[in-house]
Amino acid sequence: MKKAIVYINQFFGQIGGEDKADFEPVIREGLVGPAIEYQNQLGDEVKVTHTIICGDNFMGSHTEEAINTILGFLEDKEFDIFFAGPAFRAGRYGTACGHIGKAVKEKFNVPVITSMNDENPGVEMFRRDLYIFKGGASAASMKKDIKKMVDFGKKILKGEELLSAEEEGYFGRGIRKQVWLDPPVTAADRVMDMLLKKLKGEPFKTELPIPPQDKVLIAPPIKDLSKATIAIVTSGGIVPVDNPDRIQSASATRWGRYDISGLDRLEKGVFKTIHAGFDPAVANEDPNVIVPLDAMRAFEREGKIGKLHEYFYSTVGTGTTQGEAARMAKEMIPYLKEANVDGVILIST
Amino acid sequence: MVKEIERAGIPVVQMCNLIPVAKSVGSNRIVPTISIPYPLGDPTKTKEEQWKIRYHRVKVALDALTADIKEQTVFEV
Repeated sequence: MKKAIVYINQFFGQIGGEDKADFEPVIREGLVGPAIEYQNQLGDEVKVTHTIICGDNFMGSHTEEAINTILGFLEDKEFDIFFAGPAFRAGRYGTACGHIGKAVKEKFNVPVITSMNDENPGVEMFRRDLYIFKGGASAASMKKDIKKMVDFGKKILKGEELLSAEEEGYFGRGIRKQVWLDPPVTAADRVMDMLLKKLKGEPFKTELPIPPQDKVLIAPPIKDLSKATIAIVTSGGIVPVDNPDRIQSASATRWGRYDISGLDRLEKGVFKTIHAGFDPAVANEDPNVIVPLDAMRAFEREGKIGKLHEYFYSTVGTGTTQGEAARMAKEMIPYLKEANVDGVILIST
Repeated sequence: MVKEIERAGIPVVQMCNLIPVAKSVGSNRIVPTISIPYPLGDPTKTKEEQWKIRYHRVKVALDALTADIKEQTVFEV
């Protein structure tokens, strides 16, 4: 019988929510949380022997230590395949699955399969290293996502023929594989077919897709900081305590800007964070740990900067799609331009 | 968000904990922070020490805005 090991985070590992996100890695014999579903779908041919659980923040902030600990757990275990996630649209979880999956694959040379939503930043970071199946946006698609991973895993373990990334349903790894066409059509014929279609304005499909890379030109630096106006933007969810703009705690589509003229620091009880992606205790006790108003005022007094822009801009960056984030930033820009802001500090959590 | 702000021609520095994410998304000026829940603080330290950390990292970020960089740069703190 073949053996599998599953990696999940503290939430799905039933350790706890954001307050437990610093949870250090553990390995448990048998099935915890989603591992039960993996076992159901794997059936009798493959046994999930262990579940590894690690807090997302622990993996994010102590990546090397987390990886080494987990690789240590695995050293004396026998396993034929490694599953991580599914991570849906959870950015830190996806990144964690990528980090550990890549390390396990390199060290033990077993197939590693994970699943993420296409908006998960882990996809771009790790798609070249791992099989990342195209998953749903939230845990509602857990069963479906695991089924895709398991079906493919079984194919690998049985040595069945694997189709292209697109046909199998994972994100392309940028690997080209030679195939025989049936019936055979030479490259010269295929390229002419494409050209003719292009000339006629018909749709055609390239055999060599170049993934678009959206690089932005580096904006010119500030020449004289002592005359510059600097603005603070954050995705850390700092708002006045009554959250006047009703910014959502996750998957935000709204943002706000808040007047800080006349304030020397952000006081607790006046400002707080509404971000649902981390334990808010420390930031609620002292909101300056996310919006460093006190430090900016000091630099203003010292003359290091000309002045701080009268408003800070805030939204929540957990589960927020890149598309929504881009839109919100575009909506902020006219205000920044109008105030002649010369530079922006953006604090992410 | 960083990219849209930069696209508008305003230099921007991202202060964040997950450096690989900022890199892959395409931030050009990056300054590392302490952690996810408290980027510019640390509850295990005294108020005075936390202030020093915050003051220092924000200073690095401000200086990053004046740096004439040619490629994506993670500034040392």
